[in-house]
Amino acid sequence: MLKAVTGRILSSLLVIVGSSALVFVIMYLLPGDPVASMIDISSASPETIANLRHQLGIDRPFLLQLADYFGKLLRGDFGQSVLNSEPVLPKIAKHFPATLALAAASAAVSVIVGVILGVLSAIHRNKPIDLIARIVGLLGISMPAFWTGILLLLIFSIRLGWFPAMGSDGWRTLVLPALTLGLIGAGFIVRMVRNSMLEVIGDAFVVTLRAKGLSERAVMYRHALRNALIPAVTMIGVLAGEMLAGTVVIETVFSRQGIGRIIADAIMAKDLPVVQGVILFSSLVYVVVNLLVDLSYAVIDPRVRRSA
Amino acid sequence: MRQSTAAEAVLQRRKWELPAYRGRARRIRPADLFVYAAGALILIIAICAAFPQWIAPYSPTDMMMDAIMQGPSAAHPFGTDYYGRDILSLVVYGSRDSLYIGFMSVLVGGLAGGAIGTLSGYVGGALDAVLMRIVDVLMTIPGILLALAIAAAMGPGMGNIVLAVAAASVPGYARVMRGQTISIKNRPFVTASRAIGATPFAIFWKHVLPNSLSPLLVMATLGIGTAILTGSGLSFLGLGVLKEIPDWGALLSQGRGYLTVAWWICTYPGLAITLLVLAVNIVGDWLRDRLDPKRKEA
Repeated sequence: MLKAVTGRILSSLLVIVGSSALVFVIMYLLPGDPVASMIDISSASPETIANLRHQLGIDRPFLLQLADYFGKLLRGDFGQSVLNSEPVLPKIAKHFPATLALAAASAAVSVIVGVILGVLSAIHRNKPIDLIARIVGLLGISMPAFWTGILLLLIFSIRLGWFPAMGSDGWRTLVLPALTLGLIGAGFIVRMVRNSMLEVIGDAFVVTLRAKGLSERAVMYRHALRNALIPAVTMIGVLAGEMLAGTVVIETVFSRQGIGRIIADAIMAKDLPVVQGVILFSSLVYVVVNLLVDLSYAVIDPRVRRSA
Repeated sequence: MRQSTAAEAVLQRRKWELPAYRGRARRIRPADLFVYAAGALILIIAICAAFPQWIAPYSPTDMMMDAIMQGPSAAHPFGTDYYGRDILSLVVYGSRDSLYIGFMSVLVGGLAGGAIGTLSGYVGGALDAVLMRIVDVLMTIPGILLALAIAAAMGPGMGNIVLAVAAASVPGYARVMRGQTISIKNRPFVTASRAIGATPFAIFWKHVLPNSLSPLLVMATLGIGTAILTGSGLSFLGLGVLKEIPDWGALLSQGRGYLTVAWWICTYPGLAITLLVLAVNIVGDWLRDRLDPKRKEA
């Protein structure tokens, strides 16, 4: 058991090293001159450009730059903004709580709505509740987040005035963005839970339980549900990525100050070190969440606990 | 006696579950109606994209100074924007870009990801190990962030958006196709054809490839929906193409500034995206139920 856990943590560390390198390679390979976003190249003298390139360290060989990049990462240096030389990591740290609050609230909405609807939908297959669940599932994966957000803004904040239209202070600013992002997650989870629940209901052990005279309620909630939730937990790991990515659009729509907003602004300003820093940070969060998800299998699923 | 009633009860319950399955072939289920409606909707949008001039009531660039920011009416069913352009006409013309992004990026991403996955699974060994570790790592960067980074570094442009969205989808395709290829290459019929002397390429071409296409097809169909969403998200964030006729995401983004006074500018392009993606997803679900033997039994 302990061995499996350490193995899993070690391989996550490897993936983290890999994704850090990948982010660097993408930024290195992509066209687009960082110097061009700092000064006007057409009017600057070749020496100024060369100096600036030297200062940024981008005139050195690839491997040296990569080594330098990792050295800095280990010291917690995620680089600086090319616009105002502000270090990236403190900036992320300052804005991450707002994003974390949004992601957590959305995940809560997704899991609660998704699991309840998904289970009811599978148990009452082809009944009205199933239809509702399937519509929620389809809408969740089909509505663009920015549009859902704008619709909610129009109705609940501009028309009804129930919630503020912008800002990131207090729970009231969190409701609409969390609902927007939560609907997407709920869509994914409903579909996932419904399918895995239907699959489990068709399993031989469910037939056995029914044949031995167990009440339908006990069969469903005590036995089928527990088995159906295992794939749904994996989904939560995947969803963490969706939530992080979704915040880019949602924080723009609702004018929230989070790391999604930082990256959206940095992209418009062509501030590549900030883009790179936020992407790296997001992928670290993603790897850690998925590690936790993997480790939680051992708690949920006795089969994993025994085999590990 | 009691025992047989218990067994009957079990059978009864099983029967109660079966009719939906048994009746499938005989009558048209309501679910099929959704699929027809979705197909019709995709067809209508495709016609809009192919012949917008036949459908749009006005020219999308026509600025009607006497009809600025008007709400939906008989003359302008979707209203007009700040420049007096007809929103319905803009939506009709904008369909072209959304469809283009959706289909092209799935084509590019699906082919690239499918090729990597099939190669990795079929060849195996060190190549497989290396390719799959790269895919693992790519998977850790959420798709839209990867697309954002690529689109940001390459600058705005339709081709760049397609590439960015396609690149973000490559790891998913690669992983699924690898799994599929490995499961097929170890089936007895493949071993049998190897035994009668078929070349690796012939096995690949005649057995492995045709048998792995259906999951790819299902994934690609559902992927079109995702691609349209990601693409319109990128142009909503301002990474799209600045041109006279905006695509749906850009149109929506332009309308954001007038949200308090003109709800229709944002609402209709968003509705168009939703309906198109919804239709594509309904068709994708239907294809999956048709092609996946495991689901057919369930």
